[in-house]
Amino acid sequence: MDKLAEAFVIALRLIVSGNPVVIEITLRTLAISASATTISCLLFVPLGGLVHFSSFPGKGALISVIQAFYSVPTVFVGLIVFLFISRAGPMGSLGLLFTPQGIVLADVVLIAPLMLGLVIDSLRSVPLEASDTVRALGASRLQAAVVVASEARLAMLSALLVGFGRAISEVGAAMMVGGNIAGRTRTLTTAISLGVGMGETAESIALGLILISLALVVSFSVHALGRPRR
Amino acid sequence: MKRSILIALSALLLVLLVPGCGPQPQPPVQPDTTAVATDTTALETFPTREPVKRLLVATTTSLYDTGLWAYLEPMFEDKYGVELDILYAGTGKALEWGTRGDVDVIVVHDRPREEQFIADGHGVSRTPFAYNYFVIVGPPDDPAGIRGMAPESALAAIHANGTIPFISRGDESGTHAQEKRLWAAAGFDYDSVRTAGDWYVESGQGMGPTLNMANEMRGYTLSDIGTFLAYRGDLDLEALVDQGDAMRNVYAVIPITTARDSVMAHNMVDFLTSPEIQRLIGEYGVAEYGRQLFTPAAGQDL
Repeated sequence: MDKLAEAFVIALRLIVSGNPVVIEITLRTLAISASATTISCLLFVPLGGLVHFSSFPGKGALISVIQAFYSVPTVFVGLIVFLFISRAGPMGSLGLLFTPQGIVLADVVLIAPLMLGLVIDSLRSVPLEASDTVRALGASRLQAAVVVASEARLAMLSALLVGFGRAISEVGAAMMVGGNIAGRTRTLTTAISLGVGMGETAESIALGLILISLALVVSFSVHALGRPRR
Repeated sequence: MKRSILIALSALLLVLLVPGCGPQPQPPVQPDTTAVATDTTALETFPTREPVKRLLVATTTSLYDTGLWAYLEPMFEDKYGVELDILYAGTGKALEWGTRGDVDVIVVHDRPREEQFIADGHGVSRTPFAYNYFVIVGPPDDPAGIRGMAPESALAAIHANGTIPFISRGDESGTHAQEKRLWAAAGFDYDSVRTAGDWYVESGQGMGPTLNMANEMRGYTLSDIGTFLAYRGDLDLEALVDQGDAMRNVYAVIPITTARDSVMAHNMVDFLTSPEIQRLIGEYGVAEYGRQLFTPAAGQDL
């Protein structure tokens, strides 16, 4: 127990002292996760809208499939992305393996089902009356869709946060695709993994605490910014 | 309107990215239309500034965990004006990366597989540059009584005991290959050892976590001496068997045939075998661990 308490004290000291390596890893992790979340938003909010507002055979099945992939294992995504961007793979010429951009790609693939599914869910949760009412008032289908999307924006923010959370906390894909290169592709989670392997418990706890704090800060600021102004 | 979401998003991005602009990668602002495809325009939005020369080196974990690479990396970068990207992995994975052309140089420790790798045309040449020793470590009270034995007899004693755990790396690393060779030398068929009982445990992890597992289970394991000494956690384990040429652990450097810059890949061989770096490798860790971690071996047939 003493050992555990001691490790926490050292961890806090590491954070407070502003160790440059810790700061660098933290900023890189944020940049990667934020990029992945942003790209996912730009891709999957419109795509989710397209799925929700159109009707086609097999739509229900498609949504079930998307939801089934919520829990796709990160190491499996890592493996598939690795095989694609390895030099021997179909996208090998892009030189994405062992780069931060490669991790962003893996994260986008990883959170794609989650973002897509949650966007569709948030649109579905808007009561039908909303679009019926504006349609009755003479709005076009597109205008009605905009109204529905606007009603769903808080739920979509949550979707964004869930996607960001999965991207920032995963280790399997970042390790396999990024390679945990010091000063280049090391992220908080892969650094924790390395620290544990080398018996550096206090350092690993410090990075873990930073990870948790980041999640809190991002969650609070997104909710604060996304609160409707009346 | 979706505007509030957009405002929130862009504010989030600003907050997150502005402080990270220095050496950080910036996010591609133009995503492609499909999730899997990221085209080159998206790549170029990452500020590469001047194209940086990079050399990708995959190294066995023991050389990394002892801090040797962190020590040598800046010297190589200064001397050759290149950014060294160091990946650490077991020998099996390093060889796999080399086979796929994902790295430029590998530094590994399993001679038979290295020679096969070169025979298969994946590696240019194999150059040994340092060695140290494997050790069998275990609880200080040594329940199977192997202290001071030859490694083959020690394994036989652990096998005969059948109750004290032996933790194998089980990950096709160089250390795992050495363990298999020792079982063969001790007269055991490895497949039957694997299934001999609950005492034989395959961790499937790196040396550090495997040492930790041996510590928690109060069992034995085979480790390279460097990782054992450099492990920073609390291990109640002692090196019990540490003698014999069969326990020699030779590190070799192999430039990959498909290296992006074969001259630079060869520079790594010249660097590691140069008299100055050989001297530094021999002295590395002496002050910290009170003993030599690596013996320089350039020019020797090991």
